[in-house]
Amino acid sequence: MKKKTLPFKNIIRKPARTAALTIIVFLMSFTLLGGTLAVMSLQRGLDSLETRLGADIIVIPDTAKSKVNLENIIFQGVPGYFYMDKSYVDKLAQVEGVEKVSAQYYLASLSAGCCSMPVQIIGYDPETDFSVTPWIKKSYGKALGELDIVIGYNVNKDVDSYITLYGLDCKVAAKLEQTGTELDNAVYANVDTVKRLIAAAKDTGINELSKKDPEKIVSSVMIKVEDGYGIDDVAGDINIYVRHVQAYPTRSMISGIADSLSGISGVIRVLIAAVWVFVFVLLCIVFAAMVNERKKEFAIYRVMGMSRAMLASMVLYEGVIISAAGALLGCAVSALGLNMFSTAIENSLNLPFLLPNMGALAICAAVTFVLSVVISAVSSFYAAVKLSRVDPGLILREGN
Amino acid sequence: MILKAEAVTKKYFRKSSESNFFYAVSETTLELREGSITEITGRSGSGKSTLLNMLAGLLRPSSGRVLLGETDIYSLKDKELSRLRNSSIGVIPQGQTGLDSLTVIENVILPSVLYKVSLNSEERAMELLEKVGIAQLAHSYPKELSGGELRRLAIARALINSPAVLLADEPTGDLDDENTKLVLELLRNFADDGVSVLLVTHEAEAEKYADVVYRMNAGKPDQIKGRPG
Repeated sequence: MKKKTLPFKNIIRKPARTAALTIIVFLMSFTLLGGTLAVMSLQRGLDSLETRLGADIIVIPDTAKSKVNLENIIFQGVPGYFYMDKSYVDKLAQVEGVEKVSAQYYLASLSAGCCSMPVQIIGYDPETDFSVTPWIKKSYGKALGELDIVIGYNVNKDVDSYITLYGLDCKVAAKLEQTGTELDNAVYANVDTVKRLIAAAKDTGINELSKKDPEKIVSSVMIKVEDGYGIDDVAGDINIYVRHVQAYPTRSMISGIADSLSGISGVIRVLIAAVWVFVFVLLCIVFAAMVNERKKEFAIYRVMGMSRAMLASMVLYEGVIISAAGALLGCAVSALGLNMFSTAIENSLNLPFLLPNMGALAICAAVTFVLSVVISAVSSFYAAVKLSRVDPGLILREGN
Repeated sequence: MILKAEAVTKKYFRKSSESNFFYAVSETTLELREGSITEITGRSGSGKSTLLNMLAGLLRPSSGRVLLGETDIYSLKDKELSRLRNSSIGVIPQGQTGLDSLTVIENVILPSVLYKVSLNSEERAMELLEKVGIAQLAHSYPKELSGGELRRLAIARALINSPAVLLADEPTGDLDDENTKLVLELLRNFADDGVSVLLVTHEAEAEKYADVVYRMNAGKPDQIKGRPG
């Protein structure tokens, strides 16, 4: 028997007490890490969405349906499509302050026999594109060939496999990095591929497409504003001078989400603070009660010759072991849980949700772990020091 | 080594009575001699345990001194006093004092490992457990022991570091006649080996084993047997 084994024996031989304390610390670290990661993931998802959209202004046909469809595509993950005349691309390029324009084409595949799955197909023009290509280049270094597609992170297909879209077999050339947004469910292709798909879709008799010539339509125009011009000013000019289209600064589209995000983040932060205050008070009460319950035991240690400092360090040691176990468990469960359910959370919140990278996650987990251990160790140490200042003789007298 | 109380008192404050304090132990001077048993008897609440706790360094007196040899134990810092108690003063507290997390032998060994790693502490613990008659229970836990066995555990534990002084608070409380006799004989044997034993008890039988007997009355011990200490 060695002195240093005493805290372990006390922990092991009192499983109910150990379990109760471990669960409290588990809850503390679980809520802190889970809440912090949720807030960070929402913020990162929003940043990711803004970056992935990649344009200062998005121009779409001036109909209520187009706006709803675009928001559905971006924020709800509901495949959709809308079209306007291709001539708008040149008109928009003439607007003062517009540096670059690039057209995009939207097409929704079906869950019918012609298609492997219902996905949002986004076509871009490699000659002019500045918003999609940089992302595709990260995953696929070459130019996409005809009927080559790049799929979003959540599309359940492997690279080099095939997806049938409107009866055409399209080869998966690459898979994009995760963005935590609904764009993870989209499929990207170059304009030639999309035109072939639109033509093939026309053959299936999709209403809107049946009246249009794929060579003469686009869905949206992405605009990069020249340095020195205000994005809102350029968008305003477009709305005044170019008829039948509507220009939306990307940031304003996202600001609605940012407001929701800010509200949700605020609620989560308040909840974290409330849980921590509650758990801290609970820990102080629990440790005080535990030390009180053990006061005769502590008096016996003192009778044997244990000094106050020795007793306090034994209780501290016990507290650190228990809280380290609880904090480790809490951090692991919250990190794994968020990782496993991030898509479900994204769907239920209808907000972009992208977990922080491993480095940031490890730092958050380490800070949570240290904070949880320190707070519970301090609570137990404080209770033990307070009791150790009482003469053991008084405790023994009380106990009898 | 002689343990001596010099004019010690213990005063407690209370708000509910007319005078705002009372003496649990009035001014008391007594000495525990090597190789003898000093018994303190008296009614409940007469201050017996309070006096024992002051002698053990567990309860600071309101006035007076407690000397172990030449050392005033309450002039020591907590760390020094704790170490002194560990090495020189064995205490058998009142009631059941087995530590539930430890086996019987671990309970007995614990005081010997607090300040040093003793190579033969397990051997010494087994020897003591044999002396007190519970060696067969060495690997049991306190919850599995009877009241008499627990008292014997406390005696063995108090003696593990071969203290010069053994202070026993009601070591025979709640024990049957057979166990009472066994415990008193054990204490007598240890005194005969040179240990100074203080026995605080209600037990009438104990007087036969004691060299000096005090009766505590309202916080003041009166000697009723033996040479004055």
